[in-house]
Amino acid sequence: MSYLEFLNTYGEALIGGSLMTVAQFVLAALVAVAAALVAGLMKLAPVKSVRGIATVYIELFRGTSLLVQLYWVFFALPLFGVSLHKFTAGFLTVGLCFGAYGAELVRGAVASVPKGQWEAALALNLSPARRMWRIILPQAFIIMLPPWGNLMVEILKGTALVALISVADLMFEARQINSATYLSAQAFGTALILYYIFARFTVTPLMRWLERTMARRIGKG
Amino acid sequence: MLEWKWDFTWTILPRLIEATGKTVLAAGGGFAVALVLGLVLTLAQRTRFRPLTVITRELVELVRSTPLLLQVFFVYYVGPQFGLRLSPWTAGLIAIGLHYAAYLSEVYRGGIESVPKGQWEAAKAINLSVIKTYRRIILPQALPPALAGVGNYLVGILKDTPMLSVIGVAELMHTANAIGAENYRYLEPYTIVGLVFLALSLPLAWLFRRFETTVRRKLGLIK
Amino acid sequence: MTEDMTQYPLRLEGDDAPMIRFQNVTKKYGDLTVLDRLDLDVAAGEMVTIIGPSGSGKTTVLRMLMTLEQIDAGVIYVDGEPLTHMEKGGRLVRGDAQHLRRMRGKIGMCFQHFNLFPHMTALGNCMEGPVQVLGLSKREAEERALELLDMVGMAEKRDEHPSRLSGGQQQRVAIARALAMRPQVMLFDEVTSALDPEVISEVTSVIRALADQHQLTMLMVTHQMGFAKEISDRVVFFYDGSIEEQGTPDKLFDSPDKERTQQFLSAVLEAT
Repeated sequence: MSYLEFLNTYGEALIGGSLMTVAQFVLAALVAVAAALVAGLMKLAPVKSVRGIATVYIELFRGTSLLVQLYWVFFALPLFGVSLHKFTAGFLTVGLCFGAYGAELVRGAVASVPKGQWEAALALNLSPARRMWRIILPQAFIIMLPPWGNLMVEILKGTALVALISVADLMFEARQINSATYLSAQAFGTALILYYIFARFTVTPLMRWLERTMARRIGKG
Repeated sequence: MLEWKWDFTWTILPRLIEATGKTVLAAGGGFAVALVLGLVLTLAQRTRFRPLTVITRELVELVRSTPLLLQVFFVYYVGPQFGLRLSPWTAGLIAIGLHYAAYLSEVYRGGIESVPKGQWEAAKAINLSVIKTYRRIILPQALPPALAGVGNYLVGILKDTPMLSVIGVAELMHTANAIGAENYRYLEPYTIVGLVFLALSLPLAWLFRRFETTVRRKLGLIK
Repeated sequence: MTEDMTQYPLRLEGDDAPMIRFQNVTKKYGDLTVLDRLDLDVAAGEMVTIIGPSGSGKTTVLRMLMTLEQIDAGVIYVDGEPLTHMEKGGRLVRGDAQHLRRMRGKIGMCFQHFNLFPHMTALGNCMEGPVQVLGLSKREAEERALELLDMVGMAEKRDEHPSRLSGGQQQRVAIARALAMRPQVMLFDEVTSALDPEVISEVTSVIRALADQHQLTMLMVTHQMGFAKEISDRVVFFYDGSIEEQGTPDKLFDSPDKERTQQFLSAVLEAT
């Protein structure tokens, strides 16, 4: 079977898998951003118990493996009466896992906004919520965008693990084709290239574009 | 509904403890491969031979932007297609070692680039060879800033070893899966595996930070 | 350490009540006492300049007024009311967040490093407080901001971000931003220290105009002795956390009583 014939036969499955990967990635990224923002800000709260909750979340997800988390959510969580569909379990777990890493980026970026900005906002008598929302977060956002670019690629790669709870993503399809044909180089090689294109020529340029746009909006372009 | 069975926990614990040893072994082996291979990838990108630098650069990018799980499958299954059969352990260590070597090569590169240009010039001024310049002047200074990154990836490797279970490396996750399938009980094995990873990765991160401090002190960078 | 709060009046009344009063104010950083039982009054409309060696506590005076620093003992009054404290059941207790917010509305501050918001234009910086805190409409706030930007000579640069402005221009925008809140008291914390020598005058001339035209009470920390002498109603010399000497600019600069004042002034004049 030539490579062209291979693509002809299995192209459809690979495209379907790719679309599933895109869906998982987009949803996981949204979950990660939301979780990171909430946990990162909680980590900076003056109340100790609030910080404690955030710390437990962050350490729990960063201290264990994504695969373990995925299996736990999919196989053990139903015993607590929470049964998630594999699609939901997939992006939710991936998102929460990388949200824990993102929380540190949020915390670090907020902390690295110069102290003078907090003081100027206080001198203008802005309320604590407005200080954070209008003065600090916009600047922290610019600071944390580059590391978020890397994290987005990690999230994309992380979604490959949902194949192991039978979500029919690109990884899953490649494995199916491999076990049906034993054309391992073609099946896994094509998947590698597709992931590579998605990461290097879609996700990364998009994040760079966002960085440039935001930098221009604050007059640093 | 939820019921944690302690007697079941005690019966499976010895098997999981044994498998923890395998997990640590896989992480250690993968880390060793990554440490060395990472340096090779860094230095290859710093040669004057352009095709080599370009190819290495692209290889690093490819490895870093694609899932480790897929790479594990690729290394394990593609060999036999061309008559090269690798054991799960060999394939696993190659895959995870190569994956993290790509990351470590970036960490090394950052460390080397953090050494001021004046150090290269001073080394040239006392006529040190390129190799001696690297070994005696540049790498000792590049090491401390790179250490934090190396430590993060050491913990990263440990947490990624469960992916080797998919090709049959009998580490923790593989064992937990087997126990779950034999007994139709997943709560205890998966929870224990999670706790073991917490118990390993948190102290490991802490230990590495202490090691970092020791190195910095030895090199006279802090008191 | 608990302090007997009954020694402090609940508010300052009468026509001769000062705009600002520091009464017995102490500030410590750990074991280090930065300000030791400071007493200082500033009358309404007065321009007072604080000078002194670095580490003498002069910047801390301004930062405490802006509530950027907590005080360890004593009471600060602004406009007759306690700033750091508030009345509760007939005695003074620490001011809560709400009290501090209300009192901060009376005070504006300009910083050594400007601290303009980098993600907003010059105009945006000047509109932020009026819109978000005072609740002005965008149109009203813009009108007010443009008037002030015009006053500091920055109307043309209204749409520029701080990164595109020189230090002197940034500091002028920062002055307009503080004035847009219509404060009764303005604090200037070494506003020319981070500037290149050739742009210092564009900032000092703005402050000079303010001193001439407005009924603002101003408190300034500076190293520009010439400027301090020319513009101030009174100069206060700080040394080691307390006031060593104070008086009119002519008196303090030309015939100081204390030896430390003489030493400080001759050292500074030699350096320039």
